[in-house]
Amino acid sequence: MNNLAVNNAVRFIGLLFLQVLILNYVNIFGHINPMVYIVWVFLYPVRKARSLFLILSFLLGISIDFFSDSGGVNAFAITFIAYFRLPILMAVLKKSDLDYGQFNLKTLSANKIILFISILTVIHHFIVFSLEYFSFSEFLNIISNTVLTSIFTIMISFLGITLFAKKK
Amino acid sequence: MRQIIYFIKKFRYFLLFIVLEILAFIVIVQDHSYHQSKFVNSANAITGGVYNKVNSVSAFFHLKKDNQLLSEENARLKNLLEARANKFVLDSFTVIDTSQYFQKYDYSTAKIINNNFTKRNNFLTINKGTKHGLTPDLGVINSKGIIGVIKNVSSNYASVLSILNTNSKINVRLKNSNHFGTLVWDGKDYNITQIIDIPRQAVVKTGDTIITGGKSAIFPEGIAVGVVKDFKYEQNKYQIINIVLFNDMSAIGEVQIVKNLHKDEQIILEQSVVNE
Repeated sequence: MNNLAVNNAVRFIGLLFLQVLILNYVNIFGHINPMVYIVWVFLYPVRKARSLFLILSFLLGISIDFFSDSGGVNAFAITFIAYFRLPILMAVLKKSDLDYGQFNLKTLSANKIILFISILTVIHHFIVFSLEYFSFSEFLNIISNTVLTSIFTIMISFLGITLFAKKK
Repeated sequence: MRQIIYFIKKFRYFLLFIVLEILAFIVIVQDHSYHQSKFVNSANAITGGVYNKVNSVSAFFHLKKDNQLLSEENARLKNLLEARANKFVLDSFTVIDTSQYFQKYDYSTAKIINNNFTKRNNFLTINKGTKHGLTPDLGVINSKGIIGVIKNVSSNYASVLSILNTNSKINVRLKNSNHFGTLVWDGKDYNITQIIDIPRQAVVKTGDTIITGGKSAIFPEGIAVGVVKDFKYEQNKYQIINIVLFNDMSAIGEVQIVKNLHKDEQIILEQSVVNE
């Protein structure tokens, strides 16, 4: 348990600084900045008590907002996908119940991991860009930004998750 | 009562979710209304401190370019001084009449420690705050042109509303004809901004220089902005005027803060006219 708490704390701070100090400045093709900090939502252990997870996700989002001056956009989006993580995971696995203690994302097949993180990433990015542009007339911009940024976020998150999986 | 407690217990996870989302939404709405000072911004001790530390390393790599910019500006200012000296060289005596001198603008320097230019609404963070006399609504410029307006200040840091932001509306004019317009940004290319509200009588040509108008109480008149890239004149008015900025907004470091010492006087006067 203690080990888990330390693990989560390191991941929280690591992802926060990775996002605000490096990934916010990579500017692929001039303007695409992948939002890899949502790996937090993918990797947080699945437990029955979920309130702490929701609060921590909100805190991570609002910390990102503090650094990037984006209001509460990231906090809103990450809390949203944190809440819907479990239903989506169930849908991807086509199960109605999970073995909470034993479950580990890294034991899934690659297809299912990609499907799971893609759904969450696209929802998250769509919310972020909709709230950032805040207008219907920019709908095409919102969609194109969502799609392009999602591609890079999914690639980097998937590589990150699989590369760090075989460490133990 | 028991039922309420049961209800809260049963749906507490969902209720927590709703509370957090409402919190986030309040922050978003506050952020979108410009005149309300917002709580979530990068001008606080923690984020400012982190950006400052990181910047102290990365600034080292720009030293050469910064020096070059400084010497270019020095040369330009020296040229201005020379031009001025020649004008008065025929004066046979000097009278120092202090009532003729007044300082309207006060300049101080600061450094950008966090720069955004790829989002729809961009903010910068600078390393000066209330301790150095900064307040909200001061102009930020550098040697090549305008950069933005200060939005939030903490004791040591300030966040700047970049001209690359939906909420940024700056009064500008054509250098050669005194026609005023408003500088806005459509969010596409960080080197290109737009001008709206230019009267249709104005004659705009590709390559015309755009400078600040001096109608606002923030920027002095005549600070360079950019040149006209192209424009569309339809239905008897200017639909789009694209401006190429002099500044490369992706690479700015040292900036100057402009404080208008007559701002209060001007605003009070303007308000008293409106009230009558």
